[in-house]
Amino acid sequence: MDFRDSPDEAEFRGRLRAWLAANNPHLPASSTSDEYWERQPDWHRSLYEGGFFGITWPEEYGGHAMPSAYDVIVDEELARAGAPPRPSLGYLVHAILHHANDAVKQRFLPGLINGRDRWCQGFSEPDAGSDLASLRTRAVLDGDEYLIAGHKVWTSYSDLADWCFLLARTDPDVPKHKGLSAFAVRMDQPGVEQRPLRMINGITREFGEVTFDDVRVPAANMIGERGEGWRVAMTVLAHEREPQELGNASRYTKTVQQLVALVAGDPDEYDAEQHRDLAWAIVEADMLQRLVSRRLSDRLDGISHGAEGSIDKLLMTWVEQAVGHAALSIAGGGHDDGDQAMLNTYLYSRAQSVMGGTAQIQKNLVASRILGLPTT
Amino acid sequence: MDVRFTAEQRALRDSVAHVVDRLGPRAVGQLDDEARADKLESAVIASGWRELRMAGDGRAPVASAVEVAIVAEELARGLADAPFVGPMLATELRRLAAADADADIKETIALRPKLAELTVPGETAVAIDTVGADTALVVAVDGTVSSVPIQGPRSEVDLTRPTRTVDTSLGQVIGQVGADDITRCEALALAITTADLVGTMQGAIDLTLEYAKERRQYGSPIGSFQAVAHLLADARVHLEGSRTALLHAAWAVDALDARDGLLATSSAKAYAARAAREVCEIAIQVHGGIGNTWECLAHVYLRRALLATDVLGGVGPNLTRVLAGVGIGG
Repeated sequence: MDFRDSPDEAEFRGRLRAWLAANNPHLPASSTSDEYWERQPDWHRSLYEGGFFGITWPEEYGGHAMPSAYDVIVDEELARAGAPPRPSLGYLVHAILHHANDAVKQRFLPGLINGRDRWCQGFSEPDAGSDLASLRTRAVLDGDEYLIAGHKVWTSYSDLADWCFLLARTDPDVPKHKGLSAFAVRMDQPGVEQRPLRMINGITREFGEVTFDDVRVPAANMIGERGEGWRVAMTVLAHEREPQELGNASRYTKTVQQLVALVAGDPDEYDAEQHRDLAWAIVEADMLQRLVSRRLSDRLDGISHGAEGSIDKLLMTWVEQAVGHAALSIAGGGHDDGDQAMLNTYLYSRAQSVMGGTAQIQKNLVASRILGLPTT
Repeated sequence: MDVRFTAEQRALRDSVAHVVDRLGPRAVGQLDDEARADKLESAVIASGWRELRMAGDGRAPVASAVEVAIVAEELARGLADAPFVGPMLATELRRLAAADADADIKETIALRPKLAELTVPGETAVAIDTVGADTALVVAVDGTVSSVPIQGPRSEVDLTRPTRTVDTSLGQVIGQVGADDITRCEALALAITTADLVGTMQGAIDLTLEYAKERRQYGSPIGSFQAVAHLLADARVHLEGSRTALLHAAWAVDALDARDGLLATSSAKAYAARAAREVCEIAIQVHGGIGNTWECLAHVYLRRALLATDVLGGVGPNLTRVLAGVGIGG
């Protein structure tokens, strides 16, 4: 049992550190300004071309088939260098890898991994949030195409996306979980309309709503089998709940390091409450780094976490919100003197207990699937 | 990086679980069952778990703090009323001071009153884990280690591990430890007590889950109501975070230098101390009226957590250590 690098891991870490010294784009803090999202696609491609993104995915799709532990090293070194986090795409990659046929994998995975194509995730609808399976966007077969009509909302990255990973109802006459299918839908075609939503921290390029007005999609763009959509969605959501997949630990550590520098620079300027908020942020971010190491080590035994992802999602939420509270209290208060990026980091942290399934839904899942509590 | 337990570590955990599930107190009334407690004590002696930090080759401990944490966690889960934390720390101090023990004497350690510090500047100290103990080791601020007879009155905040005050003026010097040794011993104490808290949380959650599935109100098990289920889900998340922090802390005691080991263990202890109080309070709440009676084991878990929290400090002292570790204050 050892948290330290093996010789190969240490060599990789050294290479990455040297690469970062020359290639850190010094973007604004993630999800705190539109500039971040404008420049993020370049960062994705640069990280990929440097050989440090998608490294654990299969070689045939542009990955390097390396053990998951290397993703921990990437996250740690990105945080150490104050570089942007790695793009959060693992959940889409896993879903395509797990459910799609070979042709779909060959078509979509390389561009998704190397950063050529941007993807958004069209799951939630105005009337289908937590109750996702009640979604109403429909896909009707017409020859060898589907006609898609519906309204998606709270769609992450819709503003930048070339493709939408869309969940739609293909069979209205079966129980709601069984009539869904998943599709890859091009965003730049007639009938697709994207409208950005302004998040509470002011950013407009991360979050949007998309309408589909009888949009034609080739049947060959289906991800998984017809009627497999719910299981595809559950694979996406399971991975969207895993901190090791999202690379969020580096984002939190970076913020914590900035706050430590602020307080260490002039400790008397900050009161006991601010010191305490900072200490909790350090403790929480520490824990999440260890959780990622733990989960990735478990994968060496072939253990993948299904229901336990809900525990991890809640832990990640607690960490992000503790870091957010420290950012608010130390640097970003509601006064004009505050650091706008830190205030925005705090405001963005409120989304973590909603995205990918609300904290309340996660607790329901922990209660029923892990604790074995009866449901009424 | 590979942070999985080894096969030997998993086997160790199973063997402790086997003993404590058989011989630990399963009800408040069994705390007074001396025959049971004697059998548990004999099983712990026979197991050799208390010897894990004895000096081996080159005075390195025979086992790492990871093994110690595994044992501490399982003993706590089963509310073991056989001493472990105290004797382990006494053994560690003797190893660091290169002062061999008399095998016939049962020894624990004494801490500064309030228990948050290992070094004792004054006349009185408080010995922890005193069941069956003859003497306690006390570390003075300058690193002098003395052995003090245990004579003072018992206090039973923790029903499984009474403390007793000792008079350090009666101490006999047994050796000397350096500043780094003190830091290492503090890190080990933080790791063991974090493990104790994790085991306590697991035991409290197991007890409470069983109750929430059986107890019926409005015609349904109370665990089926979201308001109750979410409390238990919160408890489970607190446990998972604490167990994660513990894993790194226990590893750090021997793998990192003294200062980094203290930083890692104080971070984990702060996390687990906050979590354990919350989890034990949830255990009492979910048990309702029964949970507020002496006969319910929920308060025994809470009391055990309160003592484990105080040994080398809970949230406050450890957040201070964490900040000192990144160059703020301290």
